[in-house]
Amino acid sequence: MELTEVGAMLADTAERLFTAHAEEIDRAAHEGVWPEAAWAAIEESGLPLALVPEAQGGFGVPPREALMLIRQSGRHALALPLAETMIGNAALAAAGLSLAKGPVGLADSANARVPWGRHAKTIVLGDDVGVQRHVGLDVSTQGTNIAGHPRDQIAAPAEQPSSAGAVPVLALGALARALQMAGALERVLEMTVEHVSSRVQFGRPLAKFQAIQQELAKLAGEVAAASAAADHAADAYASGAEDLTFAIAVARTRIGEAASKAAAIAHQLHGAIGFTREHALHRFTTALWAWRDEYGTQRHWTLIVGKRALSAGRDGYWPMVVAA
Amino acid sequence: MTTDLRFPTPPSHEGAEALRHEVRDFLANVLVDRSSLRRADSWNGFDRDFSRKLGQRGWLGMTWPKKYGGHERSAYERYVVMEETLAAGAPVASHWIADRQSGPSLLKYGTEAQKEAILPGIAAGETVFCIGMSEPDSGSDLAATRTRATPVDGGWNVTGTKLWTTGAHQADYMILFCRTSGSPADRQAGTSQLLVDLKTTTGITIRPIIDLAGQHHFNEVHFEDAFLPSGALIGSEGAGWEQVMSELAFERSGPERFLSSMQLLIELVGALQDASSEAAELALGRLTAHLVTLRRLSRGVAAMLEAGANPGTHAAIVKDLGATFEQDLPDIARSLIDAEPDAASTSDFVAVLAHITMNAPSFSLRGGTREILRGIIARGLGLR
Ligand SMILES: Cc1cc2nc3c(=O)[nH]c(=O)nc-3n(C[C@H](O)[C@H](O)[C@H](O)COP(=O)(O)OP(=O)(O)OC[C@H]3O[C@@H](n4cnc5c(N)ncnc54)[C@H](O)[C@@H]3O)c2cc1C
Repeated sequence: MELTEVGAMLADTAERLFTAHAEEIDRAAHEGVWPEAAWAAIEESGLPLALVPEAQGGFGVPPREALMLIRQSGRHALALPLAETMIGNAALAAAGLSLAKGPVGLADSANARVPWGRHAKTIVLGDDVGVQRHVGLDVSTQGTNIAGHPRDQIAAPAEQPSSAGAVPVLALGALARALQMAGALERVLEMTVEHVSSRVQFGRPLAKFQAIQQELAKLAGEVAAASAAADHAADAYASGAEDLTFAIAVARTRIGEAASKAAAIAHQLHGAIGFTREHALHRFTTALWAWRDEYGTQRHWTLIVGKRALSAGRDGYWPMVVAA
Repeated sequence: MTTDLRFPTPPSHEGAEALRHEVRDFLANVLVDRSSLRRADSWNGFDRDFSRKLGQRGWLGMTWPKKYGGHERSAYERYVVMEETLAAGAPVASHWIADRQSGPSLLKYGTEAQKEAILPGIAAGETVFCIGMSEPDSGSDLAATRTRATPVDGGWNVTGTKLWTTGAHQADYMILFCRTSGSPADRQAGTSQLLVDLKTTTGITIRPIIDLAGQHHFNEVHFEDAFLPSGALIGSEGAGWEQVMSELAFERSGPERFLSSMQLLIELVGALQDASSEAAELALGRLTAHLVTLRRLSRGVAAMLEAGANPGTHAAIVKDLGATFEQDLPDIARSLIDAEPDAASTSDFVAVLAHITMNAPSFSLRGGTREILRGIIARGLGLR
């Protein structure tokens, strides 16, 4: 994808920050603390505003390119709510509310399990009615997903009025996870290719065994499919597609399956070293296992696609596929 | 080496959607009496009349130069026509080998005389091609070809046997891949492609081979001192390997690699109208997400072709994912609907299920086996 100047600049900035702070973020995630310096640097860079239209305080990055930043964060298995904050700010802007200061937690209902809830300065709650902006909400129960990222129960006051206009926060969160998974899968493929090329057994690199090559080809197919499905949903967002939620449902259904298959192959080909805390692979695979079911489970999104397919009927099925 | 498997964004073209509706209307009309079972056999449906009608509409040779009977339209418009034709289960056997790979190969490597003589007929839906690559001892290992064309006065003398040649008994021409110099030990070197006029060349015997479902579509083609004129050489002598690899990229890139069992999916959706369950919704959701994604990947390959890029690795990925998708389909269908597959059934679903069950093994053989495709992907990843 050809990037605009501002898009390329943000992508460079993001890459620099994700790399420079990787260790701090990783350590903080393992110890269950907040990486203060890393987040401050990210906030300062303006990345959390990338999806906000220029007129409302953003920098005029085309939305398609802003979404690529979320994918890029997935390539690093970034353990921070950057995607949430980008999407939360976009939802607030769309609802005409003032933008968030600090990290955002996304919720689709008053007692949702909110990623990074305990660290969120602002909770953006969006549903079929509208958007609410909450500051200083308490966390009722702390928890983590299987990647060790905070997933906390919040309790939003039910009577808070919503701004008019529904914003599909659940679907947008799901879009973020789709993009993050596509990014993480790309990295998993790279790591696996690197590993089998350097690991020697029976006197030659694993990569030279046909059984290994065939598994890697399967892995590559899943990664390519995930990448295309993520692009499909991102294009739907950027073009203002009428049926954005369906495009996201399709993407999540396909990418969730790719994540399962790819993680299994990657672990098999890494052997025991990939099964350790020390090796980086687990940061990606545990995140993939968790992300598959966040902002709507695999089952949730698959059922949405299935019901639509069924209701299209025999003669409407193919036209529905083409229009998806 | 590349681990960057991003496929380009599918091109969009003004008018492509209008074209889609034009094609759909046309197909709804022409195919009105075609049964579901016959639609499921789209690949083997041989109907010169239908191909001619497509030609008259300007829907064959769409991207080729006008001077060869083409229409100078975009790869994406061609894609729209192809996918709609396949999704509707139209009989494509009498034009699609020529339109998909033989024509493009001739356009790329053929002599001026060959292009002028052959391409307009393909674009008109008149000229039928078959592919002479496989042999008894040369399947996946194409470079092991034993068929030999020996230079003689004014042309070539060909002896050898081609196998699994789809449509040879109905075709007008074959593009023959064979050895023209050196010895089998030279492998890829010394091979060439030759244009064979099946209607006029003597010394060719075509014998039918019946597939496991009882159908006759592929053949054994035996050459015994068959004489081909010098003008039959396509491209240059000894460049056959490079040419055949380029032809296979055309062969592997299209939507037929996941649409050949579309009719079963359509009938499954139909059958589930009265037999729905959550398991069915989940299964259908999964299949649909696969299909939408495959379409996107495949249109990305069309974009690469349009840009003049070589989509070898990408096409192999689409074909491998597509074949797996298609081969999973019958078992998923069986798990959702009670049926004993039977091609003679009056239920469209049951008849189509029988047909696809019988044909599914070929999906990961024809056009390059699963293992060979995965080898190509592994090479693209830099592993070999
Ligand atoms: C329906 C149908 C139509 C066809 N139409 C045509 C046609 O029109 N023209 C034409 O030329 N051919 C045609 N073919 C032939 C097709 O291209 C071959 O079947 C295919 O290339 C495989 O060759 P083979 O059948 O000899 O199998 P083999 O090459 O003997 O392979 C048998 C098995 O061994 C595996 N294998 C082979 N080599 C390796 C390796 N190096 N590493 C790992 N595994 C390996 C294969 O993947 C396969 O699973 C058609 C085939 C079918 C089924």
